[in-house]
Parts: sequence; structure tokens; C-alpha cells
Amino acid sequence: MDFTYTETQDMIRDTLSRFLSDTYDFETRQKFINSDSGRDPAIWTALAQELGMLGAAFDEDHGGLGGGALENAIVMEELGKVIGIEPYLPTVVIAGGALKAVGGAQSDAMIPEIIAGNAIIAFAYAEPQGRYDLANLRTTAKKDGAGYVLNGHKGVVYAAPWATHLLVTARTGGGQRDREGVSLFLIDANLPGIVRRDYPTVDGSRASEIYFENVAIPGDALLGGEGTGLPLVEQIVDEATVAVCAEATGVMQKLHEGTLEYTQQRKQFGIPIAKFQVLQHRMVDMFMEVEQARSMTIMGVLKLGLPANERMAAVSAAKAKVARGAKFVGQNAIQTHGGIGITQELAIGHYFKRATMIEGQFGSHDYHMDRYERLVLAD
Amino acid sequence: MDMEFSPEDLAFQQEVRDFIAENYPAELREKQDEGEEMSKEDFLVWHKILHKKGWIAPAWPVEYGGTGWTPTQRFIWSEETARADCIRLMPFGLAMVGPVIYTFGTPEQKAHFLPRILSGEDWWCQGYSEPGSGSDLASLRTTAVRDGDDYIVNGQKTWTTLAQHADWGFFLVRTDKDAKQQEGISFLLIDMKSPGITVRPIITLGGEHEVNEVWLEDVRVPVANRVYEENKGWTCAKFLLAHERTGIAGVAASKRGIEKVKAIARTEVDGDKPLLANAFFKRKVAELEVDLAALEFTELRSLAGPNAGRGPGPESSLLKIKGSEIQQRLTELSLEAVGHYGAPYFRGFGEGDNEHPIGPDYAHRAAPTYFNMRKTTIYGGSNEIQRNIIAKMVLGL
Repeated sequence: MDFTYTETQDMIRDTLSRFLSDTYDFETRQKFINSDSGRDPAIWTALAQELGMLGAAFDEDHGGLGGGALENAIVMEELGKVIGIEPYLPTVVIAGGALKAVGGAQSDAMIPEIIAGNAIIAFAYAEPQGRYDLANLRTTAKKDGAGYVLNGHKGVVYAAPWATHLLVTARTGGGQRDREGVSLFLIDANLPGIVRRDYPTVDGSRASEIYFENVAIPGDALLGGEGTGLPLVEQIVDEATVAVCAEATGVMQKLHEGTLEYTQQRKQFGIPIAKFQVLQHRMVDMFMEVEQARSMTIMGVLKLGLPANERMAAVSAAKAKVARGAKFVGQNAIQTHGGIGITQELAIGHYFKRATMIEGQFGSHDYHMDRYERLVLAD
Repeated sequence: MDMEFSPEDLAFQQEVRDFIAENYPAELREKQDEGEEMSKEDFLVWHKILHKKGWIAPAWPVEYGGTGWTPTQRFIWSEETARADCIRLMPFGLAMVGPVIYTFGTPEQKAHFLPRILSGEDWWCQGYSEPGSGSDLASLRTTAVRDGDDYIVNGQKTWTTLAQHADWGFFLVRTDKDAKQQEGISFLLIDMKSPGITVRPIITLGGEHEVNEVWLEDVRVPVANRVYEENKGWTCAKFLLAHERTGIAGVAASKRGIEKVKAIARTEVDGDKPLLANAFFKRKVAELEVDLAALEFTELRSLAGPNAGRGPGPESSLLKIKGSEIQQRLTELSLEAVGHYGAPYFRGFGEGDNEHPIGPDYAHRAAPTYFNMRKTTIYGGSNEIQRNIIAKMVLGL
């Protein structure tokens, strides 16, 4: 049993932290998220080519640093600290995770492209009617010769406007909510018949509604088995959920630190408001939530390799705890800042917005508590 | 980073399981299962078995009788003893005054007291709180005045846990009335059989005699029984409080506690289903498990993380706050789970009394335990004081 980081892991964190503090200050971020494209592509390129950061979680055989879920968590936490909108989660954690799980020619072809920063992959899994149920799919992929024809509507696909590729869940069989019949495809984002409606998200990113209208896709776009893809989807979504917990830890830490700093400057009744015990105790409660989010992220990382039921229970416990903590820390950061907290001016409000979206990402507190109970507390 | 047990750790785990299975007294197990109050002898019987085995003080340095276990082995030990529902060991000697003595004591004090703590020969109690000094412990007014080779001690202590059993007590006393509060305090070891000591019971909400008032009237204490320098007792007190807080997370015991609550909720019937099928009750159990996992991994990070080995810091206040809240929620759920049969007041078996108490065994102590465990957020520095400590020492406010 060991809860320490290796030298390489410390180096990844330090390198990324330095890079982001140089390139990702709040004003710069606001400038590029409000630009037409909503991002600065040079940052992604630098992450890949100057820092080698996009390879941290990939095998050395593919040109990576040989890491995995813990490296992903380190990167996501650092991105959380700057409310980074870089598409690391869908590209490296999710699509990269699926490719690693599937292996073979598809991963040999694609992983080097991810590491080099050439590929940005958006994860088109959610549908308007499906809520958090990964199997609730109306999107279909019908066999057509050697390939498939894709039809359907995917909702709120983060990073899709920037994507070179899409990772898509679709039905190759079964009824709308069956576990059987789910397949996973990695396709070119610009195939004929893909219609996108792009928009900004409340937390500073960009997303799309995606409509597949008789999109012809090649047979080798299928990742894993046809119709047996749900366990793989559940696995990569669990990996993504833990990564989002890590991001939340970074976001929450900054919300807490920003609040500490603000209360020591802001004076009322002639003294810094940090002197008031009622605020001190609240900031202690926020601190405890940050620490517990960090602990739950580590638990999630360490349990990702367990058999599916144990893995899912651990991930749900982590996400449920982190969702509550993110809400508590975010709301109290705003409350403690008072009026200025509810303006766009300070960074704190933007951290709060990201924290709020993380609460529901890959399942709300209630969703994960339900899943946890089904797995652990059967009566 | 990993949470695997090495082959050596797994072998150790098996050794611990076998040892407990072969050596835990059956009569004690029976008494625990029936929910009876534990006597001094009950606490000591397991203590003495562990002492004989050399496993009584895993946290102590080897030179003083510790086991030399790795943090992982200590984790396994606490898990296994909780899993087997072994009776808790009294902390006053092993976890409190023992570490103070081996850290600050004289060679004579170490040689005399430490072996007797390990063997269980001396039962210790803690003379800290006073009627006027609770959270503001440094305002304490019990005085010790030098008279040749002795101090003459006068004052009143309160909330002295199990002082009725105690052979010795460690006391904070004021040796300099003119110094700033924390700077005039000394740490004395006092023989509880000394003339001038009176112990009076305080009966708590569950009906237990667990705590006491201790009156000290012209009690003579040899100067040789002062630990560390005169007027430097606060250093020992702070050291001890930080130590007290780490054990207080109680993760392994709370895990066991959750299993007990679940067992009750599978037995109790709500409508035509077990109580555990009630969505509201189930959610409360699930929330508790999730919070306990967060506490467990926070403790593991401090035991086996980058800061391991630095000793308990102010972060241990977090473990105390969250650990005590969880212990209380467990007792709330137990009481809620037993329904009507929380009400009958079971006073324990009297002499020759062999009528079975009212209600199921698991209900006998549900209410008294709930009442009793309100103490956990009050003792060892109330949770409000713990927040003050974090605010000052960790957040720099």
C-alpha cells in the first residue's frame, strides 16, 4: 500500500502547472473562450509537442510516458485549477481509454495522432431522452455492406466544434434501453451527413448538437464487438468520471483558495471579514470538502482496475461525494464573496460555473447514489 | 500509488485473523453480543492477551515495546480487530500518556511506567478538563505548589473517564499563576490512591457510570512524577491532543458499525419488506458508507502518502471532525432502525437475574449508545475547537 507519487508523476504535475500558470491566466482564458473559435489551438499543440503531456497516460510503445489513470487525474486536476477548456477529457481520457482497451490496429493508428496533438476527439454519447443511462439510445448504426449507416441525434457533445473525430455510441441491435445491441464507433468528424449545431456552454467551453443523417461509416470504425459495446462504454465513462473528480478537486481547491484570499482583503466593520469565526468555520468546512474530493479521486483511480461491479460502486461513491462537495464549495465561495461573487468580473464565478456543470457530468449525485445502492446495498 | 497488499502483508493478515480466532475470549464475545456494559476485567482480559503476544502497542517505537509494523500492517491490524469486533483498548495509557512519557519523560519514568502501561498493570485516567475549563483548557485553575521534593495539588477535575478504575492519572496543573495561561502549566503523574483524592461518579444520559469528578485536596505528588520541565506541560498537552485526534477517526470500527446497522435493517421489517429496502433508510446508509470511504482514504493518504511519518499534524482535526460525525450518524441509524424497541431501558443483568431483557439483543443498547455518543463531537477538543485549529494552523486565518 502506497499513496505517494513517482518522480515522473511529480514532474508531470510540475511541468504542467508551470506551463499553465504562464499561458492560462484568467484574462487570457477569457479572451480566447470569447473568440470565434472559443479556444487557442496553440495551447493544445504546445501541450502535445513541447510538453509531451498528451502522451502521459499512453504506453511507451505508442510514444507515451507509460502512465494511466493516475496521470490522467494529475493532468485533469491541473486543468481544473485554471478552469482549462482543453479537450483532454474526451480526447485522451475517453477516446484514448477506449483505444487502449480495444488495442490492435485501431489504437496503433490513432494513439500516436492523439499524442502528437493532431487528433481531437469528442464523445457523442448522450441523447436528449437518455438522461444518464448510457444504454438509452435511439441513434442507430445499420449494417450496410462492409460498413454502417448512422442515424440519430446526440446532445451536448463537448468539444465537438473543434473535433477531428467523434466517438459515437449507437444501436446495432436491441431495443432502446437494452444492454445488448450497443456499439462504439470512432469516426471522422466531417463525414457527409453529419450536421452540427454549435454553441457555447455556461462553463466556458463549446459543444454541439449533432445530427447523423444517413452517415456512411466504414466497418473498421467499430471499436470492440458489434452489439456488445456497453461494458466498454461503462468502463470508459467510469474512467472519465474519475478524471472529472480530479478536475473538480482542482476547481474546488481554487474556489477555496480564492475565498481565503478574498476574505483576508475584504474589510467590513473595520476588520478583514476572515476574522469572523462564522466565516472561518465555513472555510474550514470548504477545506474538508476539498480534501475529501482529493481522497475520493484517489480511491476512484485505485479502484478503476477492479472487477466491473466493484469499480462502478467505487466510482459512484467518488462522484456522489465530489458532486456534493463541489456544490458546497462553489456556493459558499460565491456567498462569502458577496455581491462581487455573482458578477462575471472575478474568476471565482467562472470556477463556480465549471463546478456546477461537473456536479451533473456523467451522472448527478442522485444517479450515482442509486447506482451505488443497486451494487452494494441490495436488501 | 497502489493499495495492494504484498504477499508479506497478506501473510500478516492471515496471522492476525488466526490469532484473533484462536485467542479472543468466548465469554467476552457473548457479553458483547448481548449488549451488556463492560467491566474493568472485560477490558483488561483482551489487553493482557495482546500484551503477552507483544501486540499491545503497535504505534509505539520498538525500543519501548512497539511492534515495528509498517503503516500497512497497522492498517491491517485495525481492520482485522474491528472486523472481528474485538473490544476496544483503553486509550489513556496506550495512546495518551504512554507516548507523552516516551517522548518527554525521564529515563526513570520510562523504565517504571511504560512496562506497566503495556502489561495493563496500571489503569490510567486523564485529568484535563475542569468545571470552568472545557474548550478553554489553558484557563485551568488546579494548582500545584512546590514543597520540598513534592508538589501540593489542589483543585477539581471533571469528565474524568473511568477514573473509578484508575491506578494513575495524568494531570494538567498550574505551577505559575503569574505566567501567561499556557506558560504556567505542568504535566503531573498522580497516584490515584494518594490521600486527598476523591472520585465521584457522573451518570451520563445512557445511565452509564463512565465519567467522574476528581477532587484533589492537598495531594502530595513527588516532583519526580512531573513529565518534562516545570511550566512546559502545555507542550505535552498539545502533543497528546494531536495524538488523540488521529485514533479518533475510528474508520475500521465505523465500518464494522455500518455492517451492524445493515444487519439490523435486514432483520427489521418495514411493511412487507426489510427496512433496508426502504428507499429513505437505504439512502441514509449509503450516504454514510460514502462519507466513510472519504474519511478512510483521507486517513490512508495521511498514513501512507507523501507526508507519512511526519506525525499527526493539524490535519488530524479533519479526521476527528469527520470521524466523530460518522460515529454519531451510525448510532442515529441504529436507534432509528430498532423502532419501538429503542425505548425499553435495559440496566444490564443484575445478580442472579436471568430473565431475558425486552426486545431483540441488538436493540438493548441502541438508545443508550446514541445518547452516549453525543460525546464524540465534544471530547478531545470539540468539533468547533477543531475548526478553530484548522482555521489557524492550516488555513492561516
